[in-house]
Amino acid sequence: MAEIIWGLATSHVPSIGAAMDHGKTADPYWKPLFDGYGPARAWMAERTPDVAVIIYNDHANAVGLDLVPTFGIGTAASYEVADEGWGRRPVPHVTGSPELSAHLVGELVDAGFDLATFHRLDVDHGLTVPLSVYCPDPGESWPCAVVPVLVNVIQYPQPTAARCYALGRALGAAIRSFPRDMKVAVFGTGGMSHQLAGARAGLINSAFDRMFLQSIESEPEKLAALTREDYIREAGTEGMELIMWLVMRGALSDRIARVHDTYHVPASNTAAALALFEDLGGS
Amino acid sequence: MTEARDNYLNDLTATRRGYAINRLCASLTDPDNRRRFTADEAAYCDAHGLSPEQKRAILDRDWTGMLDLGASIFYTFKLAVLDGKSMQHLGGVFTGMSAEEFTAALRAGGRRFG
Repeated sequence: MAEIIWGLATSHVPSIGAAMDHGKTADPYWKPLFDGYGPARAWMAERTPDVAVIIYNDHANAVGLDLVPTFGIGTAASYEVADEGWGRRPVPHVTGSPELSAHLVGELVDAGFDLATFHRLDVDHGLTVPLSVYCPDPGESWPCAVVPVLVNVIQYPQPTAARCYALGRALGAAIRSFPRDMKVAVFGTGGMSHQLAGARAGLINSAFDRMFLQSIESEPEKLAALTREDYIREAGTEGMELIMWLVMRGALSDRIARVHDTYHVPASNTAAALALFEDLGGS
Repeated sequence: MTEARDNYLNDLTATRRGYAINRLCASLTDPDNRRRFTADEAAYCDAHGLSPEQKRAILDRDWTGMLDLGASIFYTFKLAVLDGKSMQHLGGVFTGMSAEEFTAALRAGGRRFG
């Protein structure tokens, strides 16, 4: 049976990827953030999964205005890197795991989560930046295959935090029921507090972020009980992305151990964080 | 320039109102479209069915006006990048600061509310 070995929560700010793509990670602006990644990267490099299930949101690239699925999943054998309006990131294309995708779709639909399926999906910074946070120098190919799971966090009303956490629980059970000897990592991406548009642009709420960063480990139900409006008020309109961390947390078993975390302000207009958990199993 | 509101939400009403302007910005993910837009911005706006107000907001780079007309920052940011502008530039526009002042506010821990 497949096994979930670790879960990574990380911001997916495009400029974090651009800093790596343009060799700026040692600049004074970026160095504290990338130094913070170090211990997590070293730990993960020793524990390469076969597949990473990456929960992210598209940013007006593969998902447009005509159709906005609340939840979606990639089912393809490979995914191209999106041109988001400024050319493609110089990173490898993403290899899929269509067999695991098909299994997850079946299990999740049976569990009451009716996901949209993406047979073609150009993946944007929401997915490729977390891959780069995990693996900064992939060479010709990423170290693992990927199953993208998409959440609408852009168009209101977004799914509730509770629904995201429930999806995560079902996703974890679905992964663990895949009848193949396979190691799986689960990524929850986005956050932390930020608001890009309007008079509250530049919002950072470190107190909320610190609370969330702590509670995601031991009190995810508390975070799942927060309303959509709570997230927007406390973490900003784009800080709403934090609900995707709850999908990751839900997929992990109840017994997890925090390997490393880091928090830094700012990355572009955002509070950036990383939290890495080992899944000790036996949920 | 109008003052930016603090409560923009990309709800279904905004999606409907901002459809044309967002669709135009989304089309800039194609390099050929970026060239066409740059060659004749007004004609490109007309071809995408923008209202006169939306067209003016695009041509004038009225970033707050675009939001007021239903646009989403994730779409208009593509236009900003085509202009060589950063998210810090836009943040400054929304808050009455220069890009440098806005960046400094973020580096000082961000803007706090409540």
